[in-house]
Amino acid sequence: MTDYETRSVDVLVIGAGGAGLRAGIEAAANGATTAIVCKSLLGKAHTVMAEGGIAAALGNVWPDDSWKVHFRDTMRGGKMLNNWHMAELHAQEAPDRVLELESWGALFDRTPDGRILQRDFGGHRFARLAHVGDRTGLEMIRTLQNRAVAADIEVFMECKIIRLLAGASGAVCGALGIWRESGTFIVFSAKAVILASGGIGKVWKFTSNSWESTGDGHALALWAGAELIDMECVQFHPTGMIWPASARGLLVTEGVRGDGGILKNESGERFMFRYIPEYYAKETADTIEEADQWYDDKSFRRPPDLLPRDEVARAINAEVKAGRGTPHGGVYLDIASRRSPEYIRRRLPSMYKQFKELADVDITTQMMEIGPTCHYMMGGVRVDADTEASTLTGLYAAGEVAGGMHGANRLGGNSLSDLLVFGRRAGMAAAEYARALARAPEPDPTEIGRLAAEALGYFDHAGGENPYAVHRELQEAMQSLVGIIRTASELERAVEILDKLDGRARRVAVEGHRQFNPAWHLALDLEAMLTVARATTLSAIARRESRGGHTRDDYPDPDPEHFGKVNMVVQLAGGDVTVAERPVAPMPAELARLLEDGH
Amino acid sequence: MAPDETVPSPEGSAVPQPTVTLAIWRGDAQGGEFRDYTVPANEGEVVLDVVHRVQAELAPDLAVRWNCKAGKCGSCSAEVNGKPRLMCMTRMSTLDTTERITISPMRAFPVMRDLVTDVSFNFAVARRIPPFTPAPRPPDGVYRMSQFDVDRAQEFHKCIECFLCQNVCHVIRDHEENKPRYAGPRFFVRLAALEMHPLDTLDRRELIRRVLGIGLCNITKCCTEVCPEGIRITDNAIIPLKERAVDAHYDPVAWLGRRILGRPRPTPAAVSAAASPAGRSGEVISLEPRPSRAET
Repeated sequence: MTDYETRSVDVLVIGAGGAGLRAGIEAAANGATTAIVCKSLLGKAHTVMAEGGIAAALGNVWPDDSWKVHFRDTMRGGKMLNNWHMAELHAQEAPDRVLELESWGALFDRTPDGRILQRDFGGHRFARLAHVGDRTGLEMIRTLQNRAVAADIEVFMECKIIRLLAGASGAVCGALGIWRESGTFIVFSAKAVILASGGIGKVWKFTSNSWESTGDGHALALWAGAELIDMECVQFHPTGMIWPASARGLLVTEGVRGDGGILKNESGERFMFRYIPEYYAKETADTIEEADQWYDDKSFRRPPDLLPRDEVARAINAEVKAGRGTPHGGVYLDIASRRSPEYIRRRLPSMYKQFKELADVDITTQMMEIGPTCHYMMGGVRVDADTEASTLTGLYAAGEVAGGMHGANRLGGNSLSDLLVFGRRAGMAAAEYARALARAPEPDPTEIGRLAAEALGYFDHAGGENPYAVHRELQEAMQSLVGIIRTASELERAVEILDKLDGRARRVAVEGHRQFNPAWHLALDLEAMLTVARATTLSAIARRESRGGHTRDDYPDPDPEHFGKVNMVVQLAGGDVTVAERPVAPMPAELARLLEDGH
Repeated sequence: MAPDETVPSPEGSAVPQPTVTLAIWRGDAQGGEFRDYTVPANEGEVVLDVVHRVQAELAPDLAVRWNCKAGKCGSCSAEVNGKPRLMCMTRMSTLDTTERITISPMRAFPVMRDLVTDVSFNFAVARRIPPFTPAPRPPDGVYRMSQFDVDRAQEFHKCIECFLCQNVCHVIRDHEENKPRYAGPRFFVRLAALEMHPLDTLDRRELIRRVLGIGLCNITKCCTEVCPEGIRITDNAIIPLKERAVDAHYDPVAWLGRRILGRPRPTPAAVSAAASPAGRSGEVISLEPRPSRAET
C-alpha cells in the first residue's frame, strides 16, 4: 500500500482565497483546531486578482443607500434565481465585514471626510464598492493572510486535495491530498471540512481565472455525494483583454466603467443604448445626456454601460457578430476621452500598467480593445444560507464554490463581500459542529489506498497522450459550444465530446517522477474539470430559457412561469452526473416588497 | 460563443512561424543543467507564454510556478538572461530572440525543481512580525484617516510578494548565513507599512534593529530596482525605518518625546515574539520549517 502521512484537525479548510482564509480565521477564533490547505503558495489565490472593490451598503458616499437597496440590486441582478436568504444576509452583513477588514489593517481609499470611499459599479444603484484603487483583492487577501498567520493557523501550501473522505455513517471526515513538491500523500482527518476552492474558469479557453480554477471543490463535493445547483449559470465578464492574443481573457475591471469609461463600437458609436432590456428600462438612461449626469447625481438613471455583466457581455457579443467590432474582434472601452490622465492613473493604476506593459496601449490617451471572458461560476454546492452546510453532513462550502447567493448572474463587487460574509458564517458553523462531535469518524485506509493507487496510475500509462492536449481540447469545446450563447444542438455535441474526453483523460500519460510534476497535477485537475464541464453542460440543456449567465439561442426569452421558479440540481447517481429541477423557496412578503420599490 | 475564435495558433498557420530558443535550467537540489528548447513564438507574447508552450509540447514535467499571468500575484519570479523578473510581465519583444534566452530559478532560495524554489524562508520571517494592532474605534465607530496619510502606507501594500527584492539583496543572495538574522527588503516594506499605518499602535523599532537586522542593509538599492510594483523600497521604507530604529535606540530626546507624547515603547512581548525560541532577543530568528513535508 502507498505510504501517507496523517494530520488530524477539527476543521479543515480547502482553499486559501478570501473565503477560505476568512473561514479559517473564524473557525480558529471559535476554538477549533484549524488547517488551511491550498494548491499554491499562501497569498496567491485568485482573490488576489479581484480589482474593483467590495460591495457593501456603508452609505458613505450616498447616505440613501441601505441593505435593502443592496438586496434589491442583488436579486434583480441575479434574475431572481438567488437564494433570497443568502442575498438578505449578504446585504445586511457586508458593511460589518468591510469595517472588520479595516480593523485588521486594510487601508481603503478615503472620502474627503476620512471615511471609506465607495465607487460605482454595474447593477448597483449607489456607489457602493469599498476599494483600494484597482487592487482591492490584493489588499483583502494580504490582510486576511496576515490575520491568519497572527492567529497561528497552520497552512498547508502547494497541496492538492484529490478526494474527500467519508466515515461509515457517510459523514465527511477528512480529505486525501498530494504535496505538489514531493508528490507524496497526506490524509487529513477532520470533524468538519469547508470547501473554499473557488471557481472553474480553466474549463474555458478565454478566462480571467488562474490555473487553480479547475472546479476542484465543485467536483469533490459532487463525488462525495453533495448536491450542486445553478451550474448552467456561468458569468462571462464583458471586459477582458483581447489583444495581444496571449493576454486574451485577462480581466479589465468594471471600475473603468464605474469611474466613467464607456463602450464604443468600431465606428465610435455608444452602442449600449441599443441594448437596454425591458427588465432594466425603467432604471437605465436612454440618452447620452442623461447617462453622463448620473455619475454626479443619482436622481438620473444609470448609463447602459453599467448594466449587469450578463447584459453587457451579450451586447458586446452581438455587436461583434454584427460586424461592428474592432480589428481584433472586440469593442472599445474608452476612459481616455472622459477623464484626466491623473485621475485615470490614480483610480486605475494596475489597468494602466497592464495595458502599457502587455499591449503597448496608454489608457490615458488611447481606447482599450476588450471582449467577454469567462470569469465566474454562479453555481456551486447547495448550502443552507445561515450555516453554509451542504447537503452532506460535515461538509460546508463558502465563496465561489457555493451556489445560490448570486442566482443567475452576479453583480460586480458582490463576490468579495460574499467571501467575507459566508466565509465567516461557514467557519463559525463548522467549528460549532466540530465542537459537538466527540471525535471525527475514521477514514477508511482501504479506500485511501485505492484512491492513492488510482492517482499514481497516470505514471503507468506508457505511450498515452499528453494531458495538456486533452485540456486544450476541453477548453476549445466548452468555449465554442457552451459559451455565452448556447443552443440545444451545440450542447448535445458538447456532451458527445465530453464522453470522448473522459476516456482520453483517464488514459493520459505522465512522464518523469512525482516531484513537482505539473503534468501529473494537470491530469488530476482534468478529473475535476471534466466533471464540472458535464454538470454545466447538462444543466444548460435542462434549462430551456434564457436567464442571467445562461442564454439559449433556441429559447431566447425568460420563462417566469416555470424555469424562473426552479433551480437545476446536480447529483451523482450510480457514477453518472444527473440533473433535476427543484422549486425555488418562496420569498417572504416583507422581502418581496423591497423588490417592488422601483425608481 | 465568444466573438472571435481566430486566434493565431502555431498549429494552424500556413507560413513558417518564427521560433525562439529558451535555455531553461532543469534540475533539483542535487544539481542540474540548462537545456535548450526551440518553440514557435507569436507577436505580443511574454516569457511565461513561451515557457508554457515548452511545457505543453516538449517538457510536460517542467516545474514552474504561476497564477494570475497579469503581474498581480508575484508567483512566476525567475531570472531571465540573469535578470530577476516576473516572467508574466516580460515581453519577448524586449529580449534579443536571435540569441538563446536563459531562464533560471531565483538564486537566493534553494531549488526544489527546475524553476521552482523553496521560498519558505519568507513565510517564516512573516510569522515573526507582530501583527497590526489598531487603536480602539472612536465612540462613533468610524475610523477616520486622510487619503494623504493613507497614501504613504498604501505604497507598501502594493507589494505582491514576488520576493525578487529578497532574491537580489546582497545580504542574503550569496550569504545563507545571514538569513537567520535578517528579514530582507520585502519585510522591511511590511514593517514600514505597519509603522506608517495611521491606526497602528505597536512600536516595532527595537525588533527591527536588534532582531530583524536592518543595520545589515547597506542601501545599494538593488531591491528598489527590481520591484515590479515600483515601490521605492530603499528610500521610502528602509531608510525611514533605519532612522526610526536608530533614533529609538540612541536618541534620548526622541525617547523622552515618546514618553511624553505617548507613542508606546517597544513592549517586551513585541520584541520577544520575534526573537529566538529561547526568548533571548537580539541574536537569531528561529526559522520554523513549513508544516510537515515528507521528503521521500
